[in-house]
Order: sequence, then structure tokens, then C-alpha cells
Amino acid sequence: MATQLSQPHASIRLLTIISLAISALFYINHVRAETESIQTGRELAHSYDHGNCLACHAAPTDKHAVTLANIAPPFIDMKRRFPSKEDLFKQVWDARDTYPKTIMPPFGAHNILSEAEIRKIIEYLYTL
Amino acid sequence: MLAILLAFMHTQAVGTPEEDRAVFLSTFAVNIPGIPVSQYVHGSMMLSTDALNQYDSIMDFPPFQEVIDRGQEIWETPFKNGNTFAECFENGAVNIAGKFPLYNEKLKRVITFEMALNSCLEQNGEMPMNYIDPETMGALSAYARSLSDGMLMQIEVASASAMNKYELGKTLYFRRIGQYNLACASCHLTNGGRYFRDELLSPTIGQAVHFPVFRGGERLYTLQMRYQRCMEAVGAVPFESGSEALNNLEYFHSYLSNGLPLQSSVYRR
Ligand code: HEC
Ligand code: HEC
Repeated sequence: MATQLSQPHASIRLLTIISLAISALFYINHVRAETESIQTGRELAHSYDHGNCLACHAAPTDKHAVTLANIAPPFIDMKRRFPSKEDLFKQVWDARDTYPKTIMPPFGAHNILSEAEIRKIIEYLYTL
Repeated sequence: MLAILLAFMHTQAVGTPEEDRAVFLSTFAVNIPGIPVSQYVHGSMMLSTDALNQYDSIMDFPPFQEVIDRGQEIWETPFKNGNTFAECFENGAVNIAGKFPLYNEKLKRVITFEMALNSCLEQNGEMPMNYIDPETMGALSAYARSLSDGMLMQIEVASASAMNKYELGKTLYFRRIGQYNLACASCHLTNGGRYFRDELLSPTIGQAVHFPVFRGGERLYTLQMRYQRCMEAVGAVPFESGSEALNNLEYFHSYLSNGLPLQSSVYRR
């Protein structure tokens, strides 16, 4: 009896293992999705034709960011400076909402980037 | 002072052409401090000794000399009626390009140097040239403008109707266009002297005096072709070369370079 208490029924053990494996898979997928977002976000931000953020902004902590740009504030310490992802989203979607005279292109409002693409760029910005 | 400047940078202020020029100059004095205005003619090369050295060595033996020679040939070949281009212009067109574009009171419009070349052709019963054809108008204007090398730009805005065209050009210069919603002013006034990616943005003052340019040493761009290129770059459909919109823009744009020496043609990256 004692053994039955300390050693659960084989089928229960199997269930536990399976559910652990499934959640591990979910977790791995989640992490992979997150790094994929960051990766795509970085590609967009660095690209010359689609995001092209580096035309105006420098990203001094990203050693792959090649630019001399000094038109706009550099991307530094973004998570701390922009604790709200929604604020960042608004800035990239249509910077004119916060500052009507801005020269920053309205990436969302003018269909340069999709909502999903902007969210990925923001994941990337949070790593800077 | 800074507040006045900032207000101007994004909106169009009402001022005389001389007041406009003063505002442009003081904006650049902040962004590119210590660089004499005479250096602005070098545009994106002005902050780099390397780029200027490379420029000098290319200009010693310009790879585009052959195009200019072809332009000279067109210039010197008599029309079917025996007349030549030189006869259409005061002083055989020596030291004259710095007065273009000019406002013609009778025609009530802005006349660019290229339009004057075309009207010379038409007056002599010849076919006008296509403004964006590097082989004909490009080569011809490159040579004809070189007859004014060293002349100081001296655009005049001498009447209310001339001022009206200047204002129209200025409005276009400050208008946000294209998917990227940028104006000429966004890049070449507000950010003249700063880096866009790895390109130094040339200040508006000094841009108009050295066209046509040969990009990469071989691709000829007239001034209006360059405007079109920048319009495409921001996702806008450019106005046509020779259109009233670009002529008025060229009038405003060229006025800002008054006092700087002309040079045709030059190498550009
Ligand atoms: C043509 C120039 C230009 C481009 C291209 C550009 N920006 Fe900007 N951006 C600016 C300017 C100028 C500012 C400064 C504030 C303002 O004027 O709105 C700014 C501000 C910002 C800010 C606020 C930064 C801060 O520290 O306050 C963020 C975030 C930002 N941009 C993100 C982006 C992203 C992401 C992209 C690309 C998808 C991008 N920008 C592309 C010009 C640009
Ligand atoms: C997105 C930024 C941007 C905008 C907006 C823009 N330009 Fe440019 N322009 C450039 C860049 C980059 C260059 C190449 C570097 C340089 O010479 O400034 C350039 C070059 C030029 C040149 C050639 C300068 C030379 O010496 O070879 C002229 C002239 C010019 N632009 C005029 C204009 C006019 C007029 C407008 C508005 C219709 C305009 N630009 C809008 C970015 C821009």
C-alpha cells in the first residue's frame, strides 16, 4: 500500500510526463517565437526599404547596426524609457499624434509597416 | 532666436527672399558650425577630407568629359538655317546661366536655362529636346552651363508676380509628400549637415550651382532630375521635368544659392 501512495499509478505518471513535455514544448515555442519576433523586428528596423529606422536613428548597443544617423534620438535603454509598449507602438504607428510637426514617417498610418511588423520592431527595440 | 528658427523649420514663414535666405543660413550655422558657406557647394562631401580628395582626383580627369565634348559639338553645330545657339544668348551665353531660372514678365512664367535652350531651338525651326534625355539636353546643358563657370548665382525676384512664383516654389519645398511624408525641408533644411544613414544631407544652400552632376562619375542628372529622384525616394510620384511646379521650385531653390560660384559639371557619389 505504502508503495502505491509514494509511487502513483503508472498512467498518472505518464500523464504528468506528457503534460510536462507539452508545457515545455509550449515554453520552447514561446521563447522561439519571441526570439523570432526580435529577429524579424531587427531585420525590419535595419532594412533600407521597409522599416529603415537606421536612416534617422542610431542603435549604439547593437553591434550589427551600421549607421551614422544623427537626425533622431538614438535607441538606448528603451525598456526603461518606454515602460509602456503601447506608447512605443503609437510613436511608430503615427508619430504625429504626439508631435504634429515631427519628421518621423507615419509607418502605420501610411501603410509602410503592418501592425504585426511594428509590434516585432518594438520587441527588438526592447532589447536595446 | 532658437524658437523663431524652430517655428520656421517645419512651417513656411512669410518673408522676403533675403529673409528666407538668412533663416536658412542661420539654421545651417547651428547644424554645421564652423564650416564656411563657400564650402556648401561641395554638399555631402564638405565634412570629409577623404571625399574631397577623391573628388579632386576625379575632377582632374573627369570620366564624363566625353559627354561634355558631345554637348559642345551640339552647341557649335549650326541649325539648318545657319544660326547657332550662341546667337540666342546675350554675350554668346558666357556668364549667363547664373541668372536662370528667371521670371519672364511677358510670358508670366519662370524660364529655366534648359527652357531657354529649347526656345532657341524652336525659334530656329528645330525640334525641342526632351528635358530628361542625358544624350541631348543633358549633354548640351552641361556644356552650355560650363560657359558660366565661376559666375556668381544671381537670381532676381523683382516684381509681385515673380514673387508669386517664388512663393509657389517655396510652398512645394515645404510640402510633406509621399508615403514617407517628408518635405525637401525635412531633409535639406532641418537636417542639412546631418547624416541620413551614411549619407550627409547637403544643405539646400549651395545645391543649385553645380548641375548637371554625374553620379558615380557617369550617370548624368540635371537639377530637376535630382528633384525627381528625391521625390521618388520618399514614395511620391514626381512632377515632370519642365513642369511649372518644378520650374517654380527651381526658382525658389536657386535663389537660396545666390552669391555662390557656378560650376558645371561635377562628380557626385
Ligand atoms: C526620417 C526620420 C526618421 C525615421 C526614418 C524614423 N524616425 Fe523615429 N524619430 C524621428 C525623430 C526626428 C524623432 C524625435 C521625436 C520626433 O520628432 O517625433 C523620432 C523619435 C522616435 C522615438 C521616440 C524616441 C525617444 O527617445 O524619444 C521612437 C521610439 C522612434 N522614433 C522609433 C522609430 C522606429 C521604430 C523607426 C523605424 C520603423 C523610426 N523611428 C524611423 C525620425 C525618424
Ligand atoms: C528622405 C530625405 C530627403 C528628402 C525628403 C529630399 N532629399 Fe534631396 N537628397 C537626399 C539625399 C540622401 C541626397 C544625397 C546626399 C546629398 O547630396 O545631400 C540628396 C540630394 C539632393 C540634391 C543633390 C545635391 C548635390 O550636390 O548633388 C538635391 C539638389 C536635392 N537633394 C534636392 C531635394 C529637393 C528639392 C527635395 C524635395 C523635393 C529633396 N531633395 C528631398 C535626401 C532627401
